[in-house]
Amino acid sequence: MTKPIRTEEIEVSMGPLHRGMEKIAEKRTYFQYMPLVDRFDYLAAMLNGALYCMTIEKLAGMEPPRRAEYIRVIMMELNRIASHLVFVGTLGLDLGASTPFIYCFREREEILDLFDLVCGARMTFNYMRPGGVAKDLPPEFAPKCREFLKKMPARLREYDDLLSNNEIFVERMRGVAKIGADEAVNLGLSGPTLRASGVGFDIRRFEPYSVYPEFDFDVAVREEGDCLARYLCRTEEIRQSLRIVQQALDGLPEGPSSTRINMNLKPAAGEVYHHIEGARGEMGCYLVSDGTTTPVRLKWRAPSFSNLAVLTSALPGWKVADSVAIIGSIDVVLGEVDR
Amino acid sequence: MLFDLIASFIKAVLVFAVVMSFVPFLIWLERKLVAWMQQRIGPNRTGPFGLLQPIADAVKLIIKENIFPSGVEKITYFLAPMMSMIPALAAFAVIPFGSPVRIMGRTVNLQVADVNIGILYILALSSLAVYGAVLAGWSSNNKYSLLGGLRTSAQMISYELPIGLSVVSIVLLTGSLSLNEVVRSQASHGIWNIFPQFLGFIILLISYNAELNRAPFDLGEAESEIVAGYHTEYSGFRFAMFYMGEYVNMVTVAALVTVLFLGGWQAPFGPEIPLLWFLIKIFAFILLYMWVRATFPRVRYDQLMALGWKILVPASLANLAMTAVIIVLGGPNAVRILSVGSIVLAVLVGLVLKAAVALRTKSAPGLAPPAGAGS
Amino acid sequence: MNPYLPILFMLVIATAFALAAMALALFVGRPRPGPERKFAPYECGIEPVGSARDRFPVKFYLVAMLFILFDIEVIFLYPWAVVFRQLGVFGLIEMAIFLGILLVGYIYVWRVGALEWQ
Repeated sequence: MTKPIRTEEIEVSMGPLHRGMEKIAEKRTYFQYMPLVDRFDYLAAMLNGALYCMTIEKLAGMEPPRRAEYIRVIMMELNRIASHLVFVGTLGLDLGASTPFIYCFREREEILDLFDLVCGARMTFNYMRPGGVAKDLPPEFAPKCREFLKKMPARLREYDDLLSNNEIFVERMRGVAKIGADEAVNLGLSGPTLRASGVGFDIRRFEPYSVYPEFDFDVAVREEGDCLARYLCRTEEIRQSLRIVQQALDGLPEGPSSTRINMNLKPAAGEVYHHIEGARGEMGCYLVSDGTTTPVRLKWRAPSFSNLAVLTSALPGWKVADSVAIIGSIDVVLGEVDR
Repeated sequence: MLFDLIASFIKAVLVFAVVMSFVPFLIWLERKLVAWMQQRIGPNRTGPFGLLQPIADAVKLIIKENIFPSGVEKITYFLAPMMSMIPALAAFAVIPFGSPVRIMGRTVNLQVADVNIGILYILALSSLAVYGAVLAGWSSNNKYSLLGGLRTSAQMISYELPIGLSVVSIVLLTGSLSLNEVVRSQASHGIWNIFPQFLGFIILLISYNAELNRAPFDLGEAESEIVAGYHTEYSGFRFAMFYMGEYVNMVTVAALVTVLFLGGWQAPFGPEIPLLWFLIKIFAFILLYMWVRATFPRVRYDQLMALGWKILVPASLANLAMTAVIIVLGGPNAVRILSVGSIVLAVLVGLVLKAAVALRTKSAPGLAPPAGAGS
Repeated sequence: MNPYLPILFMLVIATAFALAAMALALFVGRPRPGPERKFAPYECGIEPVGSARDRFPVKFYLVAMLFILFDIEVIFLYPWAVVFRQLGVFGLIEMAIFLGILLVGYIYVWRVGALEWQ
């Protein structure tokens, strides 16, 4: 301990949360596996469900009705906001600010209330279905959601007062663990962690899926690549997601919210990979079918897993106190890392 | 003679009882207040408004099993919690909390001990609190404790310098080290020291926050880095002793700042009611600290040391120089000139800091502050 | 009566309270035997490696030395401050020289990087 107290080497130790979830898929029908995908990235379960359903639809060659697509977008973006709120709150908590944490969870709670209204669950929703969604939106959803959208900008300013414009917070984040654009790409980073390094890659924009091309939003990009940039990218994404939800809510088409499909779905033999912009980055699902009711193989590309790789190069050389900020700024969900 | 002896003993017991009864109340107040600031409810199960929560906690802690972890140095491990509380209590002895009253035909000072070096005494005793942290950190046989103890001690001694330098400026104004005299001089100047010593007040506010190890300067017990710092290995009533020591220290510091800067027991307006104004000022100060705690994230250790050594020490030296020069040259108007001067100086220091931050941000390419994020 | 006597009272009361509380705690929460693990130092569930009383950065020692140097100079300011009004301009110049020397030391310490934390 005679040297300055800094991180010298880091070993990422994974596995304690491994549940063999990809293997389980090989023993379940496509529908039976539905509730389990919520347990990958449990902070953004709507996105997991949507990805799984989109992959099955791609495999089986179906199209969900437009209303279902819109509902999915609303749910996904709301869930992205909720997930980023957890990020903002816990990052503040790691740096010793307890108040933003509670504030963020207050807003997250309102989003969870909305989900509760829609599907009766608050964390693992099991709401998406191949061919649509499980249930249409209840009539009280739209007004409540609009109310939330109206409230949110003021709340975001509150976080800015507590964190983004707080000298102590900014001083602890600025310039810490800069990741260059090349390095970020080489390490396979994605999502806000990548976009904070100046690479404006967002699947919603560059490989549009669902009905995203119909919405007007900006991709949050920052050039600095440090912890502050990663934080600001996410707060900006909250704002953009709010815009998308607003547009989707305004343009919500009438019609059925799902198509009837056989519960014992037997997609034609083949393989398919589909990826969406998850809350933490590129979330992908690779599905192989042999024409029976169970998939032969399911592989999940978890953004947290790939993003975790950056720690081995980002942490060494920084103070122990900085490591808290660095790990916090990468925003890892371990349920997704170990699967 | 005997009357004095008995009177001072009674005063000592009373002050001890009052300060000690403040502690559970303050613990409750802090929990409740921070809870309200964070949209929570706070303790509300034990007693009315949860008022008995600290008592329940104390009972729980006292009946906890007494554990001596393996490898601790028993004597120092045992002494450390006491070392953090006793000096804080003893320091309160020289705080005057009211103008003298007449009891049974005799004048009684509302102060346990009227010593003529009150300020030095308090500074000396408050430095002793360092020993609690160091001994606890060293004796615990735990790496986190050692780190916490070291951090806390280096932090506390570093912030003693700006405190000492700012208090010298008060002594310059007063011409005495007696705390009673400090209050009287504020009365005779007709203005509380917070105005002619505005910068000094700000420096003391920050320094004492660090000296008390409270957020945002609670580096010695930063839970995301070193578990609980120097009291990681403490449980039961030994832990409670640290906890109480922290709050007793806070009361003592609040009382000291009240005496030094806020005119002591004097009423800002209206009639002087014994103790009332003194308590109001103390609580205002404590509430400010609680508010600060709920607002700020924690600083990093190098930032903490830089703030103390590179900003507060020069600033307090500048304040001292200005005070001395104006007192010599200003003659009878010195206090009035100082009231303006200190605010100007405070603004100046603020501007210099802003410029320094801007300069550093500019000199590091790619680190420009974010331009108005928002859609 | 010696004005410092009440301080002694206060110290005695505080110490008595602390000792009594500790003794009570020892009596009520009597230590019970347990496996060795129970008394192991807390290191987040991982078995402690090496001695906890390791060598630590010399920086802390440096800070302590600096503190002693500067704090003694601050203490010298107190008697000066008490009689400052009597000394007048003479006291001001005298202390300006004293503080000037202190300032040189301070700037030196800053320049050699003793105030930087890595």
